Amino acid sequence: MAATVRYDEVEVGQQIPAVDYRVRRLNLVMYAGASGDFNQIHWNERFAKTVGLPDVIAHGMYTMAQAGRFVTDWAGDPGAVVDFGVRFSAMVVVPDDDQGATVTVSGVIEEKLEDKRVVIGLTAKSGDAEVLSRARAVVQLA
Amino acid sequence: MALNRDFIGRTYRSSATYEVSRVKIREFAAAIGDNNPVYRDKEAARAAGHPDVVAPPTFPIVFSLHSSGEALADPDLGLNYAMVVHGEQRFEYRRPIYAGDELLTTATITDIRTAGRNELLTVRSEITTVEGEHVCTAYNTIVERGGAA
Repeated sequence: MAATVRYDEVEVGQQIPAVDYRVRRLNLVMYAGASGDFNQIHWNERFAKTVGLPDVIAHGMYTMAQAGRFVTDWAGDPGAVVDFGVRFSAMVVVPDDDQGATVTVSGVIEEKLEDKRVVIGLTAKSGDAEVLSRARAVVQLA
Repeated sequence: MALNRDFIGRTYRSSATYEVSRVKIREFAAAIGDNNPVYRDKEAARAAGHPDVVAPPTFPIVFSLHSSGEALADPDLGLNYAMVVHGEQRFEYRRPIYAGDELLTTATITDIRTAGRNELLTVRSEITTVEGEHVCTAYNTIVERGGAA
């Protein structure tokens, strides 16, 4: 197990190009089943509105999983992630249509640590909203 | 309603081991839309240097909250689950989780605090194998919207 990105080849400030991830109602139903989080705010519009939400919202962990995918696809190995944390700063509202919502994830190398590890600062946006804040992954590079 | 601060410091151990299966990892990978073959195919995982199919980084959420779930449902805590959203999540990994792992979770409510109109509750989950190898520590903060209003 090893990352395909070499520590010597990355610089602090280097950008990791943005990737768009689509979130449709079907994804939330699948995620509810796979994760065991059946909170109705993630699939029942009627219920979501009765608790003051604008519509169904994505599981925060679904959004975090997309940020994780962004990191593991860049690093080349899921086993290279040694620390991964986020704060959920805004909701991803998922309308009941064919488009759903889009989460755009991008990254920057924030710091080079010892032992060939780097800190990646992540940005995740849905529309104009930053849906994750303080999103960081520490990755073991080759 | 404010959450009951008496719950801070309480620890909950999983009553049964969680057996990580290739089928569950594949289902989870499909749900997050990730086609990485190391999540789906044992041979691809081995070719990449792993002993078996690898779990995606956020996979521990599937089982790491089971042991504290009972506490969150305890009427004495006063949590209105309908108003709960996820606040923060962090994982520190000692090694990846693999299919075949048999895992135990010890969860501790480390903090309950008020932030504006909301109540925040943080759980730290220590995930180990049945042999006692530390695999991952997960930190989960939930927000009860309007709980402090």
